[in-house]
Amino acid sequence: MGNWSRFNIASIVLGFGFLYLPIVLLVIFSFNESKLVTVWAGFSTKWYTQLWHNQALLDAAWVTIRVALISATCATVLGTLAALALVRYTRFRGRMLFSGMVYAPLVMPEVITGLSLLLLFVAIGLDRGFWTITLAHITFTMCFVAVVVQSRLLSFDQSIEEAALDLGATPVRTFFAITLPVIAPAVFSGWVLAFTLSLDDLVISSFTTGPGATTLPMKIYSQVRLGVTPEINAICTILIGVVAIGVVVASIVTKQREAQRERDERAAFAQS
Amino acid sequence: MKSLGSIRRSFAPWADPASKPFISVKNVTKRFGDFTAVDDLSLDIYTREFFALLGASGCGKSTLLRMLAGFEQPTSGEIILDGQSLAGIPPYRRPVNMMFQSYALFPHMTVENNIAFGLKQDGMPKADIAARVQQMLKLVKLEKFSQRKPHQLSGGQRQRVALARSLAKRPKVLLLDEPLGALDKKLREETQFELMDLQQELGLTFVVVTHDQEEAMTMADRIAVMSHGKVIQVATPAEIYEAPNSRFVADFIGDVNIFEGAVSGAEGGYVRLEGTNGFPIRMASPETPATGGKSAVAVRPEKIRVSRQPPAHAPVNAVQGEIWDIGYLGDMTVFHVRLKDGRVIKASSLNAVRAVEDPLGYDQEVWVSFGEDAGVVLKD
Repeated sequence: MGNWSRFNIASIVLGFGFLYLPIVLLVIFSFNESKLVTVWAGFSTKWYTQLWHNQALLDAAWVTIRVALISATCATVLGTLAALALVRYTRFRGRMLFSGMVYAPLVMPEVITGLSLLLLFVAIGLDRGFWTITLAHITFTMCFVAVVVQSRLLSFDQSIEEAALDLGATPVRTFFAITLPVIAPAVFSGWVLAFTLSLDDLVISSFTTGPGATTLPMKIYSQVRLGVTPEINAICTILIGVVAIGVVVASIVTKQREAQRERDERAAFAQS
Repeated sequence: MKSLGSIRRSFAPWADPASKPFISVKNVTKRFGDFTAVDDLSLDIYTREFFALLGASGCGKSTLLRMLAGFEQPTSGEIILDGQSLAGIPPYRRPVNMMFQSYALFPHMTVENNIAFGLKQDGMPKADIAARVQQMLKLVKLEKFSQRKPHQLSGGQRQRVALARSLAKRPKVLLLDEPLGALDKKLREETQFELMDLQQELGLTFVVVTHDQEEAMTMADRIAVMSHGKVIQVATPAEIYEAPNSRFVADFIGDVNIFEGAVSGAEGGYVRLEGTNGFPIRMASPETPATGGKSAVAVRPEKIRVSRQPPAHAPVNAVQGEIWDIGYLGDMTVFHVRLKDGRVIKASSLNAVRAVEDPLGYDQEVWVSFGEDAGVVLKD
């Protein structure tokens, strides 16, 4: 870190400015006294208190969280199973097709995914609402979970599963006692990824929603069309805060675990 | 006839026609696509035997072990354990346990839970499990480490946990896949003897796969030398070393000098060869090959003498050459003697005294010679 040349400093300032200036402005204006978003009139937290009385916004938040929890959990189960099938059974018929189909939503434009799901729901006569959004979210987040879990499974030492079988555990018990605990961190990060993707999805939700099921991104978007209020800034600030805390906590925990592991290994070698 | 030394209190059930094999591998073939890993292989292994499968990588030894454990099914043929066919029995219902080359310890469990895992699968009462785990920890001297996770252990400690875990269920047969492969030389030698003592103490049948001939020679009662999916020779270490049944085995185990020649006669248990190296050979042989046929004699380096004066039996079993290379190993010295036709003969001599007057040096003219029962007449 010795070389802080002017060029380095300039690129860092520019890069971070580009990324975070809009967010910083948003956070600052969420504490603005004035109703006018762009005019600073002193510090206030009144927009935050007002949030608690905006029932529509709270409802939307509650819908979003429920959709995200359910869809992330289902997507994690399905995605993990898909990853297992892809990594473990390398020679089944139609494997290429299967893996292509699992990963297609990864690159598919959201508009197309949303539209096709809408057509499907209409065709089979499913009433659009909470459950159609959830189903749609499961569909498009599952492949992200599969990617994360698959990369973990590729480095998984399969002999530990064989050891479990050898010691008398049935394949099902082996999966729950050995495989799942070992890949759990990857499964969990897959879940977190699916949860966040579901939380901030706007396009697919808009296509598959129905009466009474408005998610927070949809609510914010529709309100913004009528003009940005400081209330929106406030709720966005809360969202940013939640995400930031999550990221920081996760990275601290990982760092500490790694450090602990290194210490343990050094101790083991010192003794031997 | 002179006999080869017997090992381990004359334990030799394979020589007794009345004893029944504990494991019988009958005409087992295993194919992976076009590749034949194990080719029509038959073997008998007896109770309490320490049996080694020895061969280069890819010879099918690990595949055979995996078929015994149940991870692979034979393409054809049958494996019988204790009078019962193992066909179609999954690994978790077989009375065998395996120690894996990578140890395959469960990374998320403590040493104690690793060892207890197999016992829990059997539904053993908790108190009994705890007692057995303690016993196993004591056996491998890891009592103090019961609460450690695998990554908190050194390589040697992990190896012992893997051993304890595979022994905890008291399997009828323990399969060991390169059990000492990941240990450094010194630890490996110590552990070899520990394993032998353990096997004796527990009275178990061990089947060990290894590519390290020294390891197989040290530990095993019998060794099966494998190549390309077939067993070339099954015999005690002494027989394998002193009476290899083929050029492959002679060459694979230890160092060897092979002298080729045409059979010119045979009398009274001795075969005469007109060697292609320009000196006649007379060698003891229980069988007499046909006169005129080609044959070869294998002589181990330590059975070859290097001297300045020709031996009394020269020119039979003796030839002149010059010292080309000298390798001093401490306990012995290895000479590479170059003959006139350019062939190099390896000879080693034990350094039984600390210093000799006028030692043999580079480029000296010497005689290399060997006795009439120093080598083996090879059949092929």
